[in-house]
Amino acid sequence: MHPMTTTSPVITGRDLPAAAPPGRRRRAPRDHPRRSPFGYVRRWVSPLVIVGIWQLLSSTGALDERTLASPAQIATRTVQLIQDGTLGTATLVSVQRVAIGFAIGAAIGVVFAVAAGLSRIADDAIDPPMQMLRTLPHFGLIPLFIIWFGLGESPKLALIAMGVAFPLYLNTLGGIRGIDSTMVEAARSMNLSWSQRLRHVIIPGALPQTLVGLRQSLGIAWLTLIVAETISAHSGLGYMINHARDFLQIDVIVVGLAVYSLLGLLTDGVVRELERRALVWRS
Amino acid sequence: MAFLKSSPGSLEPTPEHVARIRSHSRAFGRHQVLREIDLDIHPGEFVALLGRSGCGKSTLLRSLARLDKVPASEVQVTGRTSVAFQEPRLLPWRRVLDNVALALLNTPRRGERAALAEQTLEEVGLTDKLDAWPLRLSGGQAQRVSLARALVSNPSLMLLDEPFSALDALTRIEMHQLVIELWRRHSMAILIVTHDVDEALALADRLVVLDEGRIAQSWRIELPRSDRAPSQPEVARTRAEVLKALGVKPTPPNPNRNPLKNNVDNQGAA
Repeated sequence: MHPMTTTSPVITGRDLPAAAPPGRRRRAPRDHPRRSPFGYVRRWVSPLVIVGIWQLLSSTGALDERTLASPAQIATRTVQLIQDGTLGTATLVSVQRVAIGFAIGAAIGVVFAVAAGLSRIADDAIDPPMQMLRTLPHFGLIPLFIIWFGLGESPKLALIAMGVAFPLYLNTLGGIRGIDSTMVEAARSMNLSWSQRLRHVIIPGALPQTLVGLRQSLGIAWLTLIVAETISAHSGLGYMINHARDFLQIDVIVVGLAVYSLLGLLTDGVVRELERRALVWRS
Repeated sequence: MAFLKSSPGSLEPTPEHVARIRSHSRAFGRHQVLREIDLDIHPGEFVALLGRSGCGKSTLLRSLARLDKVPASEVQVTGRTSVAFQEPRLLPWRRVLDNVALALLNTPRRGERAALAEQTLEEVGLTDKLDAWPLRLSGGQAQRVSLARALVSNPSLMLLDEPFSALDALTRIEMHQLVIELWRRHSMAILIVTHDVDEALALADRLVVLDEGRIAQSWRIELPRSDRAPSQPEVARTRAEVLKALGVKPTPPNPNRNPLKNNVDNQGAA
């Protein structure tokens, strides 16, 4: 369930540069696939019907409670988990892990990319090892990280950072390399200093591609968190889910998964909004 | 530091040259691009630099614009230079006004750059485009912004690198008029690099033809700009000379289409 919600935005992120023509942009999400004013409502019909059938199957006993809890049961459990604070605490712990791991990985990825993008020497030094390391599937490093860092917080953060750093590195570097050199030259002809060129030309020029990298890396950050928490955790959403598995609390597992996917959707929405504001000039 | 000299209202004596080039040579690898160039540009002078592709004219412009490092003993420029390129080269992520204002970032008038940029955009006739994004401008409008950007810093020498060659013929005529108007009002020196002999004849005081990195020939045109119809004998003569210097042969007459001979034949047949 969750991997889908985190990886699908990555694909739309790639498509983004070919933005809708001007003027259309604001209307596009609504008027493209359906024209009737009830179109939006219509999109909700089939999911509700599915939930309805699910509830019906559970109520009649056709769907065993030990296989999948009923929607009503999940709803009740959600309210209960919120009220006793379990869900809030678990979510906070997980969000914190993603935030710290993401910050470390993003800092590494962006700093390395800027260095490699602006300096020939740094490029020769940084790019080859980065290109070699990026082919390494970071989940494969789990055994190594456990040996190095034990089972506490650090291997989880390291794993998230590792997953985040590469998409941001590659996209930011690609963005910097893709900047039209004639534009940098125009800035030089206006006597702009190195730091002014960085601020007015390089950074805004690389930004669209960096934001694509940001969306990819946030998706990977959540995915990595789930894997890391499922392997071992003493707190957080993964721990809540694992704990529920031991007691066969299917409803708690479903609630945990739903929160994962909501968080993924939420961060993706934030980046989307960021893109919309930062890239108005392209419309 | 040179730009300080051109700050408005300065009481410095007007120098005799805004640019002085003395035995300037440049090579890329084994390819000699410029050979021993000598060229002076006087304050307020409008010079057109003509030449075939690859003759080194853009390289010379880059030397003057200080885009490439050249020895100060060979190229001296007094005051501020600015460049408008063939493509407008605007920053697409800055609005039109900010694009122009950016050229004032390192000038003494940094504080009033928004007002100055607005004023200059008004001069090029784009008052209604101040807040537009560059990607939404037409080619002619974008080139006007590029001109405004080159103009706003009040340069003593404005360098135009084939700025109108990508525009349609009508827009190009309008741009010629605009450049002349701006040049008269601001009285800076202009060096325009172009392929277009007629453009050079319409705009410049002096035409310089560059051939294989050397200055081959130059002409001074004294006629007022309003009086430079192609049929004008002096203009027509200079045009023919310039084309010859550029190695373009005049169109030969069509031997199969001699009206006199046809008449004779027709008469003979009848």
